[in-house]
Amino acid sequence: MKPVLDALQEEFPGRIRPLDTAAAGQVCAALEAADAPAVIASARAGFGARLACVFAEDRRAADNAFHLYYVLERPADPLYLVLRASLPPGCESFPSLAAALPAVNWQEREIRDWFGLEPAGHPIPRRVALHDNWPGVHPLRKDFRLDEVLPPFEGEQHEYRPTLGEGVFQIPVGPVHAGIIEPGHFNFAVAGEPILYLQLRMFYKHKGTEKLFEHLPAGRAVFLAESISGDSSFSHGVAFCQAVERAAGLDVPPRAVFLRTILLELERVCNHVADIGAIATDVGFVVANAHAGRLREIALNLNQELTGNRLLRGMVSIGGVRRDWDSAQISALTGAVAVIEREFDGLTALILSSDSTRDRLEHTGILTPEKARALGVVGVGGRASGVDLDVRRDHPYAAYGRMEFRVPVYQEGDVQRRMQVRIDEVRESLGILRSALRQLPGGPHSAPFGRLPAGRCALSAVEGWRGEILHWVRTGEDNRLERCKIKDPSLNNWPALVEAVQGNIVPDFPVINKSFNLSYSGTDR
Amino acid sequence: MFKILHQTLRTGIVTADYPAGPARFAERFRGRPAFDLENWSDARPAAAACPTGAIEVCDNGTQRRVTVDYGRCVFCGECASAGNGVRMTREFELAAFSREQLAFSADYALNPDGTHARLLADSRAAADTGKLEAAGRAVRETVRRVLGRSLAIREVDSGSCNGCELEIIALNNPIHDIERFGIHFVASPRHADMLLVTGPVTRNMELALRKTYQATPEPRLVVAAGACGIRGGIVGVNYATRGGVDQVIPVDVYVPGCPPRPEALLHGILLALGRGGKQLRR
Repeated sequence: MKPVLDALQEEFPGRIRPLDTAAAGQVCAALEAADAPAVIASARAGFGARLACVFAEDRRAADNAFHLYYVLERPADPLYLVLRASLPPGCESFPSLAAALPAVNWQEREIRDWFGLEPAGHPIPRRVALHDNWPGVHPLRKDFRLDEVLPPFEGEQHEYRPTLGEGVFQIPVGPVHAGIIEPGHFNFAVAGEPILYLQLRMFYKHKGTEKLFEHLPAGRAVFLAESISGDSSFSHGVAFCQAVERAAGLDVPPRAVFLRTILLELERVCNHVADIGAIATDVGFVVANAHAGRLREIALNLNQELTGNRLLRGMVSIGGVRRDWDSAQISALTGAVAVIEREFDGLTALILSSDSTRDRLEHTGILTPEKARALGVVGVGGRASGVDLDVRRDHPYAAYGRMEFRVPVYQEGDVQRRMQVRIDEVRESLGILRSALRQLPGGPHSAPFGRLPAGRCALSAVEGWRGEILHWVRTGEDNRLERCKIKDPSLNNWPALVEAVQGNIVPDFPVINKSFNLSYSGTDR
Repeated sequence: MFKILHQTLRTGIVTADYPAGPARFAERFRGRPAFDLENWSDARPAAAACPTGAIEVCDNGTQRRVTVDYGRCVFCGECASAGNGVRMTREFELAAFSREQLAFSADYALNPDGTHARLLADSRAAADTGKLEAAGRAVRETVRRVLGRSLAIREVDSGSCNGCELEIIALNNPIHDIERFGIHFVASPRHADMLLVTGPVTRNMELALRKTYQATPEPRLVVAAGACGIRGGIVGVNYATRGGVDQVIPVDVYVPGCPPRPEALLHGILLALGRGGKQLRR
């Protein structure tokens, strides 16, 4: 991104100032918020850059201003470009990009809710992160206290788009759903079986996570990072630790880097297997799910043997991992990889040879590549719709620079392809596991982490099993963080679900939803 | 069809025999941290290492009270790594009828340097459990009579990280197969005998949780699962959370864990039904 930054500086003389950063994997620059739309438009049009994330920071105490941050990346460039756009002192409004870039629709509204900054020109300037019954508070402002006691909950005030027309009905679902899943509200407008449109309401699980990060010592915050989204405990943990390590300039020893890679892939295998089974269940092929559940237990038991926890918790730490493995654990891993591979082949053969299953999955819940790109869809959902992104390949971290693997990409964008991406990725993951075991270096499993230097910023990206996870931190005094921004892949992908279900029948909604399997907790934080 | 049958036959029976037999799982699973109170020379490193404040130290002159709360514990093992006196065990049957039962305290006389001179007293053997048991026994007898043979559970996520849900879903897989006890998960609270609630109860889920509780016919049981459901876990109480299920609705059984493993959930559910045996041994 260095040449992009140079070209942008030339195009906007005197408007962009490069910022020094020691953090690996990124270049940073500062500009005025008023210039941001033109600069970002130029980076996108001229260099094929993608706006991965936008977020804000309350720096009124230090810089007398709010800052906005725009994270950009482009194909075949390992660096991220982080643009810091400052608002003038006293200004509480920023130019919105959402009209041209639907991908940032929710993110800009989040900034509005959490910081009280108005996205000027936003096409849908409604609340998203704070529900309508919240008082006019902005929790991520520094003058809002974490333990602020808010007035009692007063019930629902949200207005949904009306369902109009003869024979058109509304089906409200949630927040407490019929299955064992997380809470959110789905409001379907249906004409008979087909879904006309779906309105989503998320953030039922908002629990002040980003604010809480500002109140924990960095070492303790690792456990909070592991709780952002339970199924991505390790990915979020690594994303957070990497961000802090980059900010502190801490080098992670090679062995730790490999152990992390192995566990990241195990997390992917566990979740993909569960999803493949769940997709089969949602079209009535329950036997396949029983085999998937059994296979997942094999992997979870391996997780416990390697980390002491079924969800890989309590393993990653700032500087490496908390525990090293002995030869018994390594051979348990080697043995389990072979068993998983054999069982996985049986499972996929079962599903793919079932015509009635395929019949339900193909052409169901189509997300076109155009829509996927417009909405900034990432991860599994993106790759099934032609969005060729994978942080492991595009911005190598951990030991991925030394691994060879294929990134499966399909254009059709239906449930079948989202399942196929998972099947392909499990096979690639097993290859990565074997390769990592062959290359596993010796040496320490962790670098000593002393005190955190204050005032450093760093971005970190991890390809969780669901997609691109971004963490951005600013370090503060006293081993604490002044800001920790978390971007789960689900945040971009929820609006894609709305597109994918349109025109499908209501009974296919569960399988379409499951084929994306987005995190509510990661979205709501 | 033949492929499916072939694979099913080849697989055979995989269901675990817990709770009839011992639970079988990896050696290195981290369960309850055990405290050697008599020989614990200093609780401060363990308390400092604990990410959720499950181990607390309160000094008063030459004395110290150490409180350990399994309801807050996320079983990370940091206390055991931090110093002597603590080791991780594989025990997972920690469910209890009250939050108080999950905690105990120990009083120490201190050396001038702040280390423990000797153990003065501890509350592990306190008789509070007996009293609580007597109070709950009559209710549980009714519950067992009405619900004991078959139980319908409605799961409510009041703001968890989804970790507890993953383990609850695992109760339905062929390994843990909770249906063998006549227990099944239902789609509506109106069909349910028990609410299995996870999460610290967010401000946005509080009303939904209350309504779900009201929609559940009596007699009804509530099990709070996971550190968040018991005392808010790592999230605790803040502007957006209430810090535990019993801040909003009454709870019958608490199941520690982050998340509780499927056997631990099963143990808690059976305990609530009066079909389980053992309670937390400290």
